[in-house]
Amino acid sequence: MKPKLPDARGHFGRFGGRFVPETLMAPLIELERAWSAAKRDRPFQQRLAGLLRDYAGRPTPLYHAARLSEQCGGARIYLKREDLCHTGAHKINNVLGQALLAARMKKGRLIAETGAGQHGVATATAAALLGLECDVYMGAEDVERQALNVFRMRLLGARVISVESGSRTLKDAINEALRDWVTNVRTTYYLLGSALGPHPYPMMVRDLHAVIGQETRRQTRGVLRRLPDVLVACVGGGSNAIGLFHPFIGDRRVRIIGVEPGGEGIATGRHGASMSAGAVGVLHGCMSYLLQSDDGQIATAHSISAGLDYPGVGPEHAYYRDAGRFEFVSITDAEALEGFEALTRLEGIMPALESAHAVAYAMRLAKTLPRSKAIVVGLSGRGDKDVHVVAKALGKAIG
Amino acid sequence: MTSRLDATFARLRDRGERALVPYFTAGDPSLADTRRLVVEAARRGADVIELGVPFSDPLADGPVIQRAAMRALAAGTTLPRLLETVAALRAEVSVPLVLLTYYNPVLAFGLAAFARAAVRAGVDGVIVADLPPEEADPLAREAEAAGLDLIHLVAPTSTPERVRLIARRSHGFIYVVALTGVTGERQELPPDLAAQIRTLRRVTTKPVCVGFGISTPAQVAAVGGLADGAVVGSAIVRLVEERAGSPSLVDDVGAFIAELKAPLRKGA
Repeated sequence: MKPKLPDARGHFGRFGGRFVPETLMAPLIELERAWSAAKRDRPFQQRLAGLLRDYAGRPTPLYHAARLSEQCGGARIYLKREDLCHTGAHKINNVLGQALLAARMKKGRLIAETGAGQHGVATATAAALLGLECDVYMGAEDVERQALNVFRMRLLGARVISVESGSRTLKDAINEALRDWVTNVRTTYYLLGSALGPHPYPMMVRDLHAVIGQETRRQTRGVLRRLPDVLVACVGGGSNAIGLFHPFIGDRRVRIIGVEPGGEGIATGRHGASMSAGAVGVLHGCMSYLLQSDDGQIATAHSISAGLDYPGVGPEHAYYRDAGRFEFVSITDAEALEGFEALTRLEGIMPALESAHAVAYAMRLAKTLPRSKAIVVGLSGRGDKDVHVVAKALGKAIG
Repeated sequence: MTSRLDATFARLRDRGERALVPYFTAGDPSLADTRRLVVEAARRGADVIELGVPFSDPLADGPVIQRAAMRALAAGTTLPRLLETVAALRAEVSVPLVLLTYYNPVLAFGLAAFARAAVRAGVDGVIVADLPPEEADPLAREAEAAGLDLIHLVAPTSTPERVRLIARRSHGFIYVVALTGVTGERQELPPDLAAQIRTLRRVTTKPVCVGFGISTPAQVAAVGGLADGAVVGSAIVRLVEERAGSPSLVDDVGAFIAELKAPLRKGA
């Protein structure tokens, strides 16, 4: 199975597409052309590869978490260490590529949305590096729970705009970024941070994160002399997951599992598991699975991790779920905290709460598999930003 | 079959008049108020009335209409209840009614069911803010089968080939988005509006209505010199917001509509 998706109009089967106001159609078509030209442009690709290596710190290691694996007493768990990327998460892979593209398109201003703040920090970083103006939209609730990242963005010279509308989280930040883009589309580049939105974003973001999976293939061949048995990654919008998964889609013997935020439990209705509990609909320019009411109003997601607090999911994930290629499971806030604590205590690696969802599921799965099996976990980011959230959840005060 | 929209624009053209197209967010502050507002608007000179279907994530709308949508949703407005209100209105008014919606509430209703239910209730057309012609085939098929006009928008960024595509696909009228931006009041009309409408007129004889950023009688008058109709949204919705709960709500909105219509009448 050699996937050739999306099609020319940005569809992954019935998912994806371009559901946007007419004002954005011509700019999206221009963006698609610019991206396909950049992909064939050798100096552009060399510059991106150089930045990924010397600036972002790629390739990231594949680390055998021996003590964690031992504790679980089953399959071996490997961590793809995106947390070691510059700025502390995988987000930089996509941001460097798109920021270079923005400069190539002669756009002097970047805008971005951010949930946990990781994509905002990465975008502010690239803007500083390339001398571009940068405005980041962030839900007011996320501004409160991710104060450290807000300050980092400001130090980097970006303006952080707190979004008070709707649920005051990532979905509303995307609405506001799209409103800005519709207004300033001639001068502004919208640097979308997840594998969703209108075509070409899901494809472009995937292409730029596919380096995660490509390195993992090489590294597992080196370490295991074969491909891994299972890939596990957290899925909010799904950018780190599609980056890890995509190069393995044709390898039918590799199980691919996306972990959604179960929040307080699917049954409580307070979660972000759009694959497990959502229905097909259109939000933010693409068709995918969404949390929504019977009459098509978008529901508010809930997750302890701001980066997974989104009521939709990238369209390519939706396609491969329906095709039976990707499996989706969910991990609750409480289980994610257990994953966070286990990895911190046993390996001295503090994961982002987003990534802790993947860690928690991998631990559960490892117990059911023999030692001969190898699980690769996409460790998408580091947990420094979440320490105060963890402290609060554990009922402990910092300092 | 000539649709009610076609007949309305033909009649206005014969009379040398331009259409005033006021917009209300349905259910703001309640569907009962929407019903009274529509009846009054028709009486005071509205030629076509747009009813906004409230949506949780209105990404093409500015703050005024966002707030109205939140109020309407908080008041329990849904698409089925809105259609019941339209059906009730049809006993009182014959003015063409056009729904302005985002795609997801329509998808959730079901495309075929929506088109049939809308026509049965007495809706004449539908505008879907986030449905460009490339994605519109499934809804266009159902709308055509049911006899519902699917109205498309052109934007200042639309390329000449997109303008042709949209002009061909749009039924009832063509909605010209006057500016790059979201809905909301602006001080000035965009300077390139006349050129944008000329470009469109070269490829179509369909009626052309202009919206986004048009809020005063003077701006309506200027648009009346260029197009077949002017859409006024946020200025009316803001007035509804200010007068909600007041006994003068309907009268005040009606007076504003009369003021907006005046420059569009023959010989004005």
